[in-house]
Amino acid sequence: MNIVLNEELSQISLLFVSAAMGFLSVALLLFAFQLAKLKDDPTETRFEKVGFWVLGVATLVLAVGVFLRGIAANRVPWANMYEFAISSALMILTIYLMSLKVKGIGSVATFVTGFTLVTLFAAVSLFYVEVKTIMPALQSYWLVIHVVVAIMAVGFFAIAAGFHIFYLIKDAGWGGVIMSRMPDLKQLERIAYRFNMVGFVSWSFTLIAGAIWAERAWHRYWGWDTKEVWTFIIWVVYAGYLHAMATRGWSGRRAAWLGLIGFGAVIFNFVIVNLFFKGLHVYSGL
Amino acid sequence: MALAAVPGSVYPQRSADPNGVRLYFSQQPELAAVLDSLQLFDVYTSVWFSAIYILLFVSLVGCVIPRTKVHYNALRAKPVKTPELLTRMPVHQIGSKRVSLEAAREVLKQRGFRVAVQGNSVSAEKGYLKETGNLVFHYSLLAVLIAVGVGGGFSYSGQRVLVEGETFVNNLASYDAFSPGPLFFEEELQPYSLTLNKFNVLYDLQNPANLGQPIDFIAEVTVSTTQETSEGIVRVNHPLPVPGANVYLTGNGFAPVITVRDGEGNVAYTGPVVYLPQDGNMTSIGVIKVPDANPEQIGMISFFYPTVTELESGAYTSIYPDPIDPLLTFNVYTGDLGLDSGIPRNVYALDVSDMELVAGRDAPNPALELRIGESAALPNGLGTVSFDGLLRFASLDVAFNPGGIWVLIFSFIALFAVVISLSVVRRRVWVRIGDERIEYAGLARGDDEQLEQIVTEIKEEIEGRSA
Repeated sequence: MNIVLNEELSQISLLFVSAAMGFLSVALLLFAFQLAKLKDDPTETRFEKVGFWVLGVATLVLAVGVFLRGIAANRVPWANMYEFAISSALMILTIYLMSLKVKGIGSVATFVTGFTLVTLFAAVSLFYVEVKTIMPALQSYWLVIHVVVAIMAVGFFAIAAGFHIFYLIKDAGWGGVIMSRMPDLKQLERIAYRFNMVGFVSWSFTLIAGAIWAERAWHRYWGWDTKEVWTFIIWVVYAGYLHAMATRGWSGRRAAWLGLIGFGAVIFNFVIVNLFFKGLHVYSGL
Repeated sequence: MALAAVPGSVYPQRSADPNGVRLYFSQQPELAAVLDSLQLFDVYTSVWFSAIYILLFVSLVGCVIPRTKVHYNALRAKPVKTPELLTRMPVHQIGSKRVSLEAAREVLKQRGFRVAVQGNSVSAEKGYLKETGNLVFHYSLLAVLIAVGVGGGFSYSGQRVLVEGETFVNNLASYDAFSPGPLFFEEELQPYSLTLNKFNVLYDLQNPANLGQPIDFIAEVTVSTTQETSEGIVRVNHPLPVPGANVYLTGNGFAPVITVRDGEGNVAYTGPVVYLPQDGNMTSIGVIKVPDANPEQIGMISFFYPTVTELESGAYTSIYPDPIDPLLTFNVYTGDLGLDSGIPRNVYALDVSDMELVAGRDAPNPALELRIGESAALPNGLGTVSFDGLLRFASLDVAFNPGGIWVLIFSFIALFAVVISLSVVRRRVWVRIGDERIEYAGLARGDDEQLEQIVTEIKEEIEGRSA
């Protein structure tokens, strides 16, 4: 079996990822201008429109970067922390751009752009590793199914988190005129709920797929490995969130906090658990 | 529940990381004792964690059963009586045209509503599946918990190290380690034998940054049952089904074939010795105990370097995991191995408390060094040791859990049910044909931004049909 790794190609991929960060920065500026503009003239949307075009270009450039990384490593590009981070960023942007029809979605453009920018920055500066083959335990088609769905769930949760943040800011009465011209609380909550709902279903699926894979690779479907524990914790928190939304008197601020705690746990699961905890899912490559 | 699960990821767990627990005890014995009394090294089997999930289980049952009754009654009942004041409903519209009750009934029926004509009004309800999905989801979660418990009860897993050429016969005595569930019975072990014919490891020799990374592990085996004999392959991620269980490949290493002759020239030990790998380049440690050697018992701690190189300090290390330039070294002890007292001893560790180091670093004689085919004299006329050949071993796990498939089935039912429950909206629609005006009203359980639009569509459709 010959696997050819191509580190030069990976460096080219890195260039594309960096270029995508440039475009993202421009888009972030444009969205920030749009927010400032909102104060004087709520009908003016030129900045936002151009911003979305730039965001589209950023997404395409990032897609090329992720794709080249996959070619360079001769496998799917999500087997270590760096690759997982760039693939997640790509997924968040793709889901966001595909959801542009949802009314009020534009209000979290700054958050989504900023969050992906930070993710890519962390990936490039902290998590980058040379292309390597993956250990036999990871060589499975479940790597495709389990991880793609996990990344999807993260994408939906991330966008929902943006709405939770804006909800809480608006609810607290901060942000003055700008926030008052955002969609109303009800709508912010409703959009967050939709995204979290899809995220929760994906997360449930990734949990099940992970268990099937664990049974194949480690001869048990559940073993309280640190990653398994945190995946379970996240599942319980989002289940709690959905419960809160269905219970009168618990929606609103409390549900928004639960959603944010859930997303905090997602980030914790990725960064802290990967880097500082021991377990079978240690694949940061660092 | 989520909070209670956190400590299990912070502290090492006996079930997942027994060495971590041991390390914790040796580094901070006092703190470890406190943590242990709180069962923080066995979080997921602890009294308090069990208490939480049993409470959860009970409250789940206590919540779901009454709701099932309510839902069952709702399914059999007719849609509710049309409220007197439809103007109070979140959506309320006045019709512009005269329509018939029959048209309203038909349109609502076609749209999948459950319909009841009550005097001058039609009451309709839709979306019972939402609650059905919700209940099925919760029942499935209960079923998952039960399947986990019962399946775990009947489950077993056993570990066995097999050197190339060795055969393992499936019975309790053959396992190096065996962990049964509380309901395990010995007849679960079905008769078969498994021979490891050959073990292949593929390492990357091509990509400089990746040199020596394992690419694949392949165990070629023969499985014989009472009826037939078949060849099979066990790989990581590809367990091999055997009667009543699956065989998984969980580890591997080298087993050099070693012969020890004692001071009187008799063969005191011969055969492959399992060496435990210590690093990615397969530097391995093996222990050889020769209790039958005369005049004195011999113990050896041996290092194996598949591709040896000498460091500046003079110590050896391995720089590649395949045996390109293999070397064995031996530290030799004599004295009492402690095997005659009847206390069970770890075969992978040598108790040197009653032994004397005769060859090795800081010993009167240097450590012995052997390449394949070589033989060397032990110091003090103790005998000779020879390195006759090199085999590999595989660590195999044999595992059976009858609950797994049920956990999977109920998880998928739960997932399917929760999707239905989350996507279906429960709505009530009323049409009242009064003397002065025709009213259309709608009510949804929970948040429903489409309600207004749906009532409008229904209104237009009814008016269209009546025209």
